[in-house]
Amino acid sequence: MSRPKPEPVQVVKQRRDAALNALVSGVPYIRFLGITFDRRGDELTAVLNYDDKLIGNPMLPALHGGVTAAFLEVAAIIELGWAALWEDVEAGRIDLSAPEPFLPRLPKTIDFTVDYLRSGLPRDAYARARVNRSGRRYASVHVEAWQDNRARLFAQATGHFLMPDQD
Amino acid sequence: MDDERLKRARQFIEAIPHAQALEMRFEALGEGTAELSMPWRAELVGDPRSGVIHGGAVSALMDTCCGAAVMSHPEAPAGTATLDLRIDYMRAATPRQRLTAKAEVYHITRTVAFLRASAHDEDVSRPVATATGAFTIERPKGGAQ
Repeated sequence: MSRPKPEPVQVVKQRRDAALNALVSGVPYIRFLGITFDRRGDELTAVLNYDDKLIGNPMLPALHGGVTAAFLEVAAIIELGWAALWEDVEAGRIDLSAPEPFLPRLPKTIDFTVDYLRSGLPRDAYARARVNRSGRRYASVHVEAWQDNRARLFAQATGHFLMPDQD
Repeated sequence: MDDERLKRARQFIEAIPHAQALEMRFEALGEGTAELSMPWRAELVGDPRSGVIHGGAVSALMDTCCGAAVMSHPEAPAGTATLDLRIDYMRAATPRQRLTAKAEVYHITRTVAFLRASAHDEDVSRPVATATGAFTIERPKGGAQ
């Protein structure tokens, strides 16, 4: 009795990265803010790459509160979209090499509440989202964001989302 | 009307790099109220299938508008920062239409301003989003408490 030979690591990584890229690269606003995603297995970390245009208070200086909100919302939506996509990606049910680019539908935000804990410094920021509940129609997601120390959050948020129709 | 105070609040907002990046424009400024607008742009789209602007850009407009409303308050804070902001998304903003946000300080204490805001596109009767927020009040250094 033998189990099937595992796939080569590069094949697995390439498939996952292609799926993540399909999810992220289709959204112009994510590029506008300069947000990228690091992936370790299925764990995503959103990275807000610092740029002067993200500043809200030029005196301090500090990141714009709206940028922080937007960064956390992007992190939450992509995490949800990614979690919904994961099983299909792993099972090879999505053809990422098709000539017609595959554009997954993303969840829609119902409400989003941001808790500002300290001012955002003019440097990169990171965020991780956790799906607390994901039903067929609604989902609840919590997001934490930090800069220098993982334990010293500068903002956190909770939001409710409407899941896309399964077609 | 205290023109100097209004001028100061306007300059403060216009000096915000991210407000410039989103091409925000002042529509009105009252005493603890503000109205700001922002054009639709392809690079702000969150849903490429429909061309609808990303919720995050709407948040940025509402947050800035709330900050402007705090700065325009007769209590004349030296600065402000967001403590808490909750946004409810009522519907998708119509692509290629200008978004306008209105914010109002409905209560203020020595340390905190409480705000309500809403945003609409060219259909003024149906809001795209509403928000409530709490903002800090920074007092001028050495100023009266």
